[in-house]
Amino acid sequence: MKIALFVTCLSDALFPEVGKAVVRLLERLGHEVAFPAEQTCCGQMHVNTGYRREALGLVRHHVETFEPYDAIVAPSGSCVGSVRHQHADVARAGGDGALAARAEAVAARTYELSELLVDVLHVEDVGAYYPHRVTYHPTCHSLRMLHVGDRPLRLLRNVRGMTLLELPGADQCCGFGGTFAVKNADTSTAMLADKMSHVLSTGAEAVSAGDSSCLMHIGGGLSRLRTGTRTVHLAEILASVE
Amino acid sequence: MSTDLGLPRFAPRGVGHLRGERSFPAAARDALADSQLRRNLGHATSTIRAKRAAVVAERADWEELRAAGEAIKAATMARLDEHLERLEAEVTRRGGAVHWARDAEEANAIVTRLVAATGSREVVKVKSMATREIGLNEALAAAGVDTQETDLAELIVQLGGDLPSHILVPAIHRNRAEIREIFLREMPGVDPALTDEPRRLAMAARSYLRERFLRAEVAISGANFGVAETGSLLVVESEGNGRMCLTLPRTLITVMGIEKVVPSWADLEVFLQLLPRSSTGERMNPYTSVWTGVTPGDGPAEVHLVLLDNGRTATLADDVGRAALHCIKCSACLNVCPVYERTGGHAYGSVYPGPIGAVLSPQLTGVEDNASLPFASSLCGACYEVCPVRIDIPSLLVRLRAQHVEARREASRVPSAEAVAMAAAAWTMADPRRFAAAEKASRLGRVFGRRSGQLTTLPPPLSAWTAGRDAPRPPAETFREWWARERG
Repeated sequence: MKIALFVTCLSDALFPEVGKAVVRLLERLGHEVAFPAEQTCCGQMHVNTGYRREALGLVRHHVETFEPYDAIVAPSGSCVGSVRHQHADVARAGGDGALAARAEAVAARTYELSELLVDVLHVEDVGAYYPHRVTYHPTCHSLRMLHVGDRPLRLLRNVRGMTLLELPGADQCCGFGGTFAVKNADTSTAMLADKMSHVLSTGAEAVSAGDSSCLMHIGGGLSRLRTGTRTVHLAEILASVE
Repeated sequence: MSTDLGLPRFAPRGVGHLRGERSFPAAARDALADSQLRRNLGHATSTIRAKRAAVVAERADWEELRAAGEAIKAATMARLDEHLERLEAEVTRRGGAVHWARDAEEANAIVTRLVAATGSREVVKVKSMATREIGLNEALAAAGVDTQETDLAELIVQLGGDLPSHILVPAIHRNRAEIREIFLREMPGVDPALTDEPRRLAMAARSYLRERFLRAEVAISGANFGVAETGSLLVVESEGNGRMCLTLPRTLITVMGIEKVVPSWADLEVFLQLLPRSSTGERMNPYTSVWTGVTPGDGPAEVHLVLLDNGRTATLADDVGRAALHCIKCSACLNVCPVYERTGGHAYGSVYPGPIGAVLSPQLTGVEDNASLPFASSLCGACYEVCPVRIDIPSLLVRLRAQHVEARREASRVPSAEAVAMAAAAWTMADPRRFAAAEKASRLGRVFGRRSGQLTTLPPPLSAWTAGRDAPRPPAETFREWWARERG
């Protein structure tokens, strides 16, 4: 199957290892990965900060970039959530009904990584090996916008050598929330503090998630406090082999 | 009848409790530093969350109930005028008097006039959000009328000279040691040997209030529902203080937001299942009081209904935003909200705190009067998941953020720094070459300092990030550069 990688602007610019991991993983599973080089950003930050008008051009660009592909994957529940739940609305609010219809069609073929693996490629054991103690934070948009449920955990439970530790209060937000982390930095940090104490209580070496943005937030806190606990994206674990 | 063809009005300034003195981030900063508050809230919200989850899980048809609640509310709002006129006709036909209040000032004036006409100088109150919203207690006090809150938590708030911080549990920010201290200090005739045992505290309040119930000639309430087809009003409560107020005094005055009307009794079948499970985590609330006009020799001889607009028609005018008026004030969204759990209700500056308050308050006042509230959310979506009438609160918050940005655009020809940054980012990201160039530029920072590890300080506004968190250092090679090198 030929799959287009929507790497997301954040992973492209700051976490390239996540994109490389998705490529390695899908190719190992026998699929062809395309990287449409025209891609930039889904525009979620603009929409969520109130700049819907500015987001319209980004939505149009995204739709035009990914329209030729039958399956699109992103290593981010949040960006897929934006594609699926915001793009058509932004187009409609901008008075472009035709774009809204095209955006809906692209959204229907866009999958978060665990969705693609479990629902489309029908694989739960990707043959990964990761000899570490890991806890998993499910991330709000994967959980409540996409309803990925336990798909990531089903994938992780099949990883050889790994000890998966249950995270207390897992479904609570880490406090990132895009520009919320800056506009309401105090509240965001208070939420982060509780998330970190839950992570540390598990004794894990690393906390994993399906979103680089949440991991950047949690990881930024863990690093600041010199906790010695690191972050690792779901894709990086699944791409690892002996 | 006068004809007003102007736009519907927002809730007026200078009266009531819909606007805070400070922005949310500023007020939240203080609340976050209060260790006692954090502990009280964390304990209380997690307890209610667990209770709610348990009773909701008992219902296999919970999602169908939610969908029904949403559908009934949406249909009611679409013909709100007709339902309200029906309610007015039925209340009047059964001996009640209906008053229409355009805003908080009109509602306060009507109630003050009605109380004055009774000659009584004191009233007992059933817990009510609408009367808190319009600042009725303050208006009555200014007219020389003493109001007595009779809900236990409202009593704690009133005696403590405090403001409510939760829709359902107004004193959620207090623990029992603090309540004991307030009672000992402020409650007339209290037993000096009072302990902080919950039962003893409740008994102290009970004996204090009992005397007021028996003495009062006027009661003021809100209403959870007003049934149009029979003109019946409902109050749903847990303590029985409401029942006392609704049945003992001679005069009963009810202030009800116009969105509280439901067309028929059949609709209550849905809401009376949704509300208690969502709010207190009970299958059914202990007391449901219903009254229909005046029944000679039974209950109040004089019954008034004040229908309150105060920005609701303005909210109704927004065909998407009006979903916030579906709210049945259960407060499930407060209890699951990670922001509310840490800041408490006072930080919102409005009588309506939490996720629904961050939507409803700016809608009632106009978004510019509560511009920081729509941003007081990480958009985690926990509120939408528990809302018994399926209000998509995250989407409404985002919609209000856009309205705020548009209002700022119209108000000033000079764009804000944020608007400039957003426009620049959109321009950059609309073209992959510009985006790639920007990625390269961000890496120039790498020549300074260490080549790996984390950034600990960034310039404003990103300094707000690095105040509590490290930031990742841009990598030597972006993904697209790697792809071009390896596969291009």
